[in-house]
Amino acid sequence: MNKNTQRTIDLVNRNLAKRYRAEKRFRFYGLLSISFGLLCLVLLFTDIIGKGHSAFLQTYVALDVHFDADVLGIDNIDDETQLTVANYDGVIRKALLERFSDVRSRRDKRQLYALVSNGAGFDLQDVFRERPEQWLGKTETLWLLADDDVDTYVKSRTASGEAFTGRLSENQQRWVEALIADERIEKRFNTIFFTSGDSREPELAGIRGAIMGSLFTLMVTLVLSFPIGVAAAVYLEEYAPKNKWTDLIEVNINNLAAVPSIIFGLLGLAIFINFFEMPRSIPLVGGIVLTLMTLPTIIISSRASIKAVPPSIREAALGIGASKMQMILHHVLPLAMPGMLTGAIIGMAQALGETAPLLMIGMVAFIVDIPGGATDPATVLPVQIFLWSDSPERAFVERTSAAIMVLLAFLIVMNTLAVWLRKRLERRW
Amino acid sequence: MEATVRETVEQKPERLLDRQVIDDQEAVTAAATVGKPFVEAPKMAMRNVNVFYGEKQAIFDVSMDIGSNEVVSMIGPSGCGKSTFLRALNRMNDTIEGCWIEGSLQLEGQDIYDPKLDVVPLRARVGMVFQKPNPFPKSIYDNVAYGPRIHGLVDRRADLDEVVETSLQRAGLWNEVKDRLAQPGTGLSGGQQQRLCIARTIAVSPEVILMDEPCSALDPIATAKIEELIAELSENFTIAIVTHSMQQAARVSSRTAYFHLGKLIEVNDTEKVFTNPEHELTEAYITGRFG
Ligand SMILES: Nc1ncnc2c1ncn2[C@@H]1O[C@H](COP(=O)(O)OP(=O)(O)OP(=O)(O)O)[C@@H](O)[C@H]1O
Ligand SMILES: [Mg+2]
Repeated sequence: MNKNTQRTIDLVNRNLAKRYRAEKRFRFYGLLSISFGLLCLVLLFTDIIGKGHSAFLQTYVALDVHFDADVLGIDNIDDETQLTVANYDGVIRKALLERFSDVRSRRDKRQLYALVSNGAGFDLQDVFRERPEQWLGKTETLWLLADDDVDTYVKSRTASGEAFTGRLSENQQRWVEALIADERIEKRFNTIFFTSGDSREPELAGIRGAIMGSLFTLMVTLVLSFPIGVAAAVYLEEYAPKNKWTDLIEVNINNLAAVPSIIFGLLGLAIFINFFEMPRSIPLVGGIVLTLMTLPTIIISSRASIKAVPPSIREAALGIGASKMQMILHHVLPLAMPGMLTGAIIGMAQALGETAPLLMIGMVAFIVDIPGGATDPATVLPVQIFLWSDSPERAFVERTSAAIMVLLAFLIVMNTLAVWLRKRLERRW
Repeated sequence: MEATVRETVEQKPERLLDRQVIDDQEAVTAAATVGKPFVEAPKMAMRNVNVFYGEKQAIFDVSMDIGSNEVVSMIGPSGCGKSTFLRALNRMNDTIEGCWIEGSLQLEGQDIYDPKLDVVPLRARVGMVFQKPNPFPKSIYDNVAYGPRIHGLVDRRADLDEVVETSLQRAGLWNEVKDRLAQPGTGLSGGQQQRLCIARTIAVSPEVILMDEPCSALDPIATAKIEELIAELSENFTIAIVTHSMQQAARVSSRTAYFHLGKLIEVNDTEKVFTNPEHELTEAYITGRFG
C-alpha cells in the first residue's frame, strides 16, 4: 500500500514538469495571439492618426482687405440685396494684387487669386455684414481661408524648406514663401471640418453632413429594429409552439445573419425605392435597410438572453399567479435586458460601419447640404470615407483618415456604452 | 417516532418482495389504491387522474382527496411522479410543452381544468413553494409584495406594508429581515430564502399551499424551522408536501400518500403508514429496502 502510493506520487511528479511546460506553452500561445492583435491595432492607429491628424488644422492667410464701396458695388448699406450680391471676391483679389504688386499678366493673376479658397468670399461676406457701416471704406487685416494646395504645401513644409509642391507653380510657391516670411500664414484648428457638409473643394469639405446622416439613419434603425427584434425574440422564445415552422424560421434567421449586406441593399432598392417609390438617398430608407440587416443579430442575441433567464424565476412568478405576460414583463425582460441591449448596440455599431447596402439605395450621392431630418438626402460616415478616399486631391487623403478617426471614435463610444450598460443593468440571481 | 417505526415494522414477518414486482410497471399499474384516500368535505378532490408527457405516461389513474386544513405528505422513490402530481394541482404543468392531463381535479367542487377557468386566480388560491429557493432578484419587500400587487389585493401603501409584515412574521422571517427589507432577497441564506418564498406565497392568502421538497436544499436547523412553520401554517392553510425524508413526512403530516411508478399505492393516516402499512410496496419502501 505504502509502496504503491510512493510510486503514484513519483509518477505524478515525473509528469508534473511536463504538465507545467505544456501549460506555459499554452499561455504563451495566447499571449502571442493577443500581442499580434494589439500590434495590428497599433499599426492601424498610427497609420490613420499619422495621416489624419493634420486634417484637424487648416491654413489661413492674412490680407489687408480694403472694403472699397466701388469694388463691392454698395451705395446703400441698409440694402440687404446689395450686401448679398456685393463683389467680395473682388476686394480679396484686390488685396492680393496690392500685396504682390509686381503681378501683371493674366495668367499670373489667376494663379495669385488661386492662393485663397473660393469659400473665402462667403466668409468675408459674413464678417462684413455684421458691421458694414464701420468697415465700408476702411482697410482691415483679415485671416482668410487658404486654398487646399497652399494648405498641403504649408503642412508638408519641413524646417529645411522642402515641401510637397503638388499643383503649386513656381510663382505660387514664391508668394507663399513670402507670406510665410511675413508671418501672414497661420495654421488654425479646422472648425470647417466639423461644421460643414461635403464639398468639391477639400478646404471647404466637412463631415457634419455625414455625421448627421449617420445619426438619422441609426435612429431609424434603432427605433425599428430594437422593438421588432425584442418582440420577435419574445414571441419565438415564449409563445411560439415548437414545430417545423418555427424550426424553419429559426434556420432562416440564422441564415439572414450571414447574408452579405449588399443583398439587403439590393432588396431595399427593389422594394422601397422601385416598388414603394420612396425617394433615393434618404436616411429613412437607409435606416429601414439597415434594420433588415441588424434584425437577425438583435433577435439572436435577445433570444439567447431570454433563454438564459433561469426557469426557477419563471416558475416563481407563475406559481404566485402572475399571468404569462406579467411573468415576461416583470421578470424575464428585466433580467434579459442587459444582454438584449448589448446585442442591439453591437448591431448598431455594425450598422454604423455599413457601406455596401447604402450604396445600393443611393446614399452615395454628393450632398452638400447638412440633412435636417430622416427624409433629407444624406450620406453616412463610411460612405463619406469611401467617397473621399476616391478623390485625387492630396488634401482629401488626410480628410479620409480624419473621418476614419471620427468613425472609430463613435464606435469606441458605442462599445463603451454597451459595456457600461451591461455592468449597470446586470443583476445577480 | 423513528424508533417506533423500526420496531413495529421489524416485528412483522419478513416478506421478501422480489425486484420483479417493484419494477413491474404493469403489475403496479393494475394495483388498486389501499387505505383511505377519501375524506369528507374535501378541499381538493382528484379522480382517475392520468398525466402524460407526450407519449410517456407519468401518473396512472390516481384518485385521492385533500381535506381542509390538513397536511398531506407525498412520498415515494425518485421518479415516481410526486412532483408531476403536485404540479397538476395548480396547473403548473401547463407550462411544460407536451404535458396533458386526463381525469377530474376539483377545488371545492370546481373543476380546475375547466377550459373556461382562468389559471391566474387558480394559482392565487393554490400557491406553490419549490424545491430550490427561488426569490426574485428584487428587494425582500418587493418579493413579498409582488403577489398582492399583481392581484390588486391592497390599494394603499400602508396596507401593503402590513401584508408584507404579517406574511414575513408568519414565515418566521420578520425578526431577521425587518431592518433590511430594501436589500435583495437573493442576498439571504438558503433557509432564509426558502422562508422568504413561503412568505411570498402566503402573502396572497392562498387556500392551498403545494410544497415540492421545500427542505431538500437546506441544513437540519433551517429544515427544523420550516417544519415548525408548516405546523403553524396548517391552522390556516391546506398543505400538500412532497418530501424524500420519511422522518419529515412523519413529523409534519396527518396523512401520507405513497406513490410508486406513477401509481398511488397507499394513502393512510401518517402514523398508520409508518407503523403498520397496508401495502407490501409501502412497507418495503419505508423499511428502506429500495428507493
Ligand atoms: N418535463 C418532463 N418531460 C418528460 N418527462 C418528464 C418530465 N418531468 C418529469 N418527467 C418524467 O415523469 C416521471 C415522474 O417525474 P417526477 O418529476 O414527477 O418524479 P418525482 O417523483 O418528483 O421524482 P423526484 O423525487 O426525483 O423529484 C419521471 O419518469 C420523469 O422522467
Ligand atoms: Mg420531484
